[in-house]
Amino acid sequence: MKAANSSQSPDFLLNNRPVSVRGVDPQTTLLDYIRAQGLTGAKEGCAEGECGACTVVLVANRAGGSEYRAVNSCLMLAPMAAGHEIYTVEALAAGGKLAEVQQAMAAGGGSQCGYCTPGFVMSMFAEHYRPGRVGPCDPHELGGNLCRCTGYRPIRDAALSLGPAPSGDFLDRLSRPAPRLEAIEYESAGARFSRPNSIEKCLSILAGDPEARLISGGTDLVVESNLRSRRWKHLVSVEAIGELREFSESARTITIGAALPLNEIAMRWSTAPDVCRQWLQLFASPPLRNRATLGGNLATASPIGDGAPLLLALDASVRLASQRGRRTIPLASFFTGYRRTALAPDELITAIEIPKPLPEFVRFYKVAKRRMDDISTVAAAMAMDWDASGRIARARFAFGGVAPVPLRVLAAEEAVIGPHGGQRWNDAAVERVQAALEKTLDPIGDHRGSREYRLAVAKSLVAKFLWERREAAA
Amino acid sequence: MGAAGGGCLKIAGTIAGQAVPHESAREHVTGDALYTDDLLLRFARPLHAWPVIAPHAHALVKALDFSPALSEPGVATVLTDKDVPGEGDSGSNRHDEPLFPTEVMYHSQPVAWVLGETLDAAQRGARRVSVEYEPLPAILSIEDAILAGNFHSAPLRLARGDASVIESSPLYFQGELKIGGQEHFYLETQSAIAWLDETGGVAAHSSTQHPTETQEVIARVLGIPRNKVTVECLRMGGAFGGKEVQANPWAAIAALGAWKTRRPVRVRLTRALDFALTGKRHPFLARYAAGFTKNGRLEGVRISLYSDGGWSLDLSEPVLSRAMFHCDNAYLLPAVEITGLICRTHKTSQTAFRGFGGPQGMLVIEEILDEAARRLSLPPEIVRERNFYRDGDTTHYGQPVKDAGRIEIIWSRLKESSGFAQRREEIDHWNSRHPHFKRGLAITPVKFGISFTATFFNQGAALVLIYRDGSVQVNHGGAEMGQGLHTKIQQIAAETLGLDLESVRVMPTSTGKIPNTSATAASAGTDLNGAAVADACSQLRCRLAQGAAVLLGCDVADVRLSQGLVFPDAEEHRAIPFARVCDAAYRQRVPLFAQGYYRTPDIHYDPQAGRGAPFHYFAYAAAVSEVEVDGFTGDYRLLRTDILEDAGDSVSPLVDRGQIEGGFIQGVGWLTLEELVWDAKGRLATAGASTYKLPSWTEVPDVFEVNFLERATERGTIFGSKAVGEPPLMLAISVREAIRDAIARFGAGGPVLLESPATPERVFFAVQRARAEREARVSPVGATQ
Repeated sequence: MKAANSSQSPDFLLNNRPVSVRGVDPQTTLLDYIRAQGLTGAKEGCAEGECGACTVVLVANRAGGSEYRAVNSCLMLAPMAAGHEIYTVEALAAGGKLAEVQQAMAAGGGSQCGYCTPGFVMSMFAEHYRPGRVGPCDPHELGGNLCRCTGYRPIRDAALSLGPAPSGDFLDRLSRPAPRLEAIEYESAGARFSRPNSIEKCLSILAGDPEARLISGGTDLVVESNLRSRRWKHLVSVEAIGELREFSESARTITIGAALPLNEIAMRWSTAPDVCRQWLQLFASPPLRNRATLGGNLATASPIGDGAPLLLALDASVRLASQRGRRTIPLASFFTGYRRTALAPDELITAIEIPKPLPEFVRFYKVAKRRMDDISTVAAAMAMDWDASGRIARARFAFGGVAPVPLRVLAAEEAVIGPHGGQRWNDAAVERVQAALEKTLDPIGDHRGSREYRLAVAKSLVAKFLWERREAAA
Repeated sequence: MGAAGGGCLKIAGTIAGQAVPHESAREHVTGDALYTDDLLLRFARPLHAWPVIAPHAHALVKALDFSPALSEPGVATVLTDKDVPGEGDSGSNRHDEPLFPTEVMYHSQPVAWVLGETLDAAQRGARRVSVEYEPLPAILSIEDAILAGNFHSAPLRLARGDASVIESSPLYFQGELKIGGQEHFYLETQSAIAWLDETGGVAAHSSTQHPTETQEVIARVLGIPRNKVTVECLRMGGAFGGKEVQANPWAAIAALGAWKTRRPVRVRLTRALDFALTGKRHPFLARYAAGFTKNGRLEGVRISLYSDGGWSLDLSEPVLSRAMFHCDNAYLLPAVEITGLICRTHKTSQTAFRGFGGPQGMLVIEEILDEAARRLSLPPEIVRERNFYRDGDTTHYGQPVKDAGRIEIIWSRLKESSGFAQRREEIDHWNSRHPHFKRGLAITPVKFGISFTATFFNQGAALVLIYRDGSVQVNHGGAEMGQGLHTKIQQIAAETLGLDLESVRVMPTSTGKIPNTSATAASAGTDLNGAAVADACSQLRCRLAQGAAVLLGCDVADVRLSQGLVFPDAEEHRAIPFARVCDAAYRQRVPLFAQGYYRTPDIHYDPQAGRGAPFHYFAYAAAVSEVEVDGFTGDYRLLRTDILEDAGDSVSPLVDRGQIEGGFIQGVGWLTLEELVWDAKGRLATAGASTYKLPSWTEVPDVFEVNFLERATERGTIFGSKAVGEPPLMLAISVREAIRDAIARFGAGGPVLLESPATPERVFFAVQRARAEREARVSPVGATQ
């Protein structure tokens, strides 16, 4: 396929100026691209979306208009920017007058060495202009930015000092929708980048090229590219496929489009219980959640991913599609081995389904060295229903970080359900579950935690689940 | 040489002491502030360097074959020892860091460098260099180095009195504490760009705390005199000690590449490379024995410190010395014996990091005091305050503890302002109602010696230029790494010359302006360079006042300079602009530039005897922290911290507050989250931001009160100020002690053993041990007697 006759040109708006990535190696990061344009405000601090020094904002749709979303430019490949409208820190003080976020950061001691500052400014800028925000800016939106100098207090205070976004071009922009993403087909430096705009076209590309590699938010795959120099001959982005970005809720099912960014799940799942909101907040960091998707998270099949355990506890299924047909399989049978799934090479995850009603009592636990934006040492999700007599009707114990795959521990469920009906959820039942975990779990010891800790804390979380149930009941 | 910036005229005191934002704050927030690698676009046809790294922690390099790399498209050349015209070594003291080693001494050590037209080409080329290694056994821990007797240098000793008294003390115990290292994680990784200048010299932009040493190393490698090498540091995106000597090899490689190819060469370590290649805060192992009276007075202590120096000597000796100096923290050690050894391991060369050994030394004595308190069933804060230095005391190396009384003052004021006693009660009550969660509270002091312990480093210099329009350029020997040095310098110069801040431009640090500088380190950047700048500005002020007196027709002594105006005392309406005075002075053939110089007075130290007064003064502070520990997971949250810091008369309160808060949180990271893990092959397993976790904003306590000690003027320093860069880091010990206090509340109150850092895993198992202790004590079944 020739780029010239079949595609929209890979252009985007950078600080209101049209630019083209034509001729750029498709695995060039957006960060390297914009720095090569002379916009050196965004920095590379880690190249894996952890430090946020590379943060820029893009315009994304939001009900009634659009919003600015902070993203890690080190985790976007240049062709992924095609069709987007992107702003860097250099755009904010055009005309010499500092934006309010800049003023707040500068005046209060929010910068010391200054290297992380443009990234903080852009995350705070997106939050400052968040439509419908009431009260001060939420410092949680800065969770994807690291500062090594200030100790964050002045940055937190800067965020808390900001009122409504001022009128002007940046605010006006948000009354209009974001640019519509078109299909692109792009080839450069011997590598191909496709962005189909329908499931059918995507499946056709996958069927036609066994080497094609799907890319969703890129927050895992681009890390592979940046840190391990992985190169792919053909990347296929699912970002422009509207059907993959839908969310719906019926009486019996919650359906989450596989390519819906995590933050949009939180916005659109209006009936989400607290545990699901907490889960989404513990998931990576705001700029990552603005790009990362549930489909991508499940497809990478990381044993320590944050997505799977809760979905396993909620009895979720995944919908898959290929040119050969469509199928829905329980998530519990989706993971087939370490970083392996039931997904065929020509197959695509289209959606995640969660059956309703949701379990009566659900908890998600993430144990990590750092409370926010860390990779789990152990993740656990537990769910329970009781019958009218107070006996356990359904129990789910799902874990990450304790086996080569995210694991729903059937033996633990059987320990409290049993062949003769459910038991009461009490200390004795906790001990039975712990005994089952002791037999079933096979964690590794690594830099995140020892085998002993993973096992002990997984068991301890079961006790915490009982304690929390008692607290909730009291 | 007036340290207080005195001179012939009265200083108004209107700009120094003001809480002004960082002098580059505007550039920081707009992205206009440039860092070394941002300059790349300014160079035509630069080459990019990438290392060939060894996959072994210890191995001989048997053969290198570059030909496949050279045939890779875009590869310009490969740098090897054959290209070195001078000495191919970047080691700072001992010259023990070959740039092109024949024996690999740590995992991922570069053995050669590939230069490419693009970074990608250099990386591809580096992958195609084939190297034959003969792997050798590696020493990867302090314990293994001790067993093998593998040390960098002879033991260091400090002693006073007869430490054997402790064996007959009413309370005697021995213990061991493992202390983890810390990655600097300056946001800007190591970087340099070098090129040949227009007159046959070599120039380099380098992100370095020590441009003079970077210059020296480049000259050494190229075999040319230092006057042919100019090193400039624009600003650093953080350094924290990690660019004190460890910026040198990368600048040397860039310069060597430029020398060979006659093209600009850029070296920028990626985060992954920076983790793998650069040194860290030294991990330590401490073994101790201590004796106390029954009421918690320390009678004596024996401490053996072993630091993990890594593969080369680096700054490990002064780091260890500082650790030994600070084994007292704020406490009188009546009888003491401290020995120190630097273990040679096959790891990165551990180096300077904010505190420079002081934090490790202090942690040991705080460990001992807490253990004594719990063994004696006394509140730890009572044991701490019973052992404070008092006025008239001397340290274990014989230095009088100047202003020792401030320890007690800070302590009692902070206990009061933080509501310590009342919160102690509230927390006890809270804990009694929460079996699965416990809160802990602790207060710890800091006394930190200010000055380089190598006396000759304690000098600063400045070159101040005034132009005929009254605008000023200030050059000085210190480098800006975010600590706000240039901000303070700007304030000191503006204050002394009677100008507003905007009239004073602080220039990037360049070896072409100030020669033979000391590293910007040891918290002494402002003490040394600020005093030198004040000296230069005072000279200029006096010269200008002579001319102004003529213009104004008044007595020289009555000339006042303020906010860019010059006027006779009390006659501001007769003011003439500073610029006019400058122009008149020029016409009178008065030189409008001056050099300033400062050497710290009255410091001396005899390392052989272990006696002297190595420090100009001590910085004092204390912190109270409160934490909550989750017994189910070992997870914890820092709820509140109160700090009282003695910064003297702060030159720049906003900057100083930033140093206190930032240093404290960095210390919290060191003691809680940040864990360096090396695998069995000597590879750093936590070599990225996804595996090595520094504090994010959620680690900041909800309540974070920082205050300065009032009426704290320090005599004989620049404007009465005190250093503030390093001391606050050690206030984070209060967090570790609060965690230990919370853990103790799960148990029966006995000592809490906890390696550092206090990761949730370590806290979890410590809680389990504490609970087991409680059960053993309360349950008759578990009782053994």
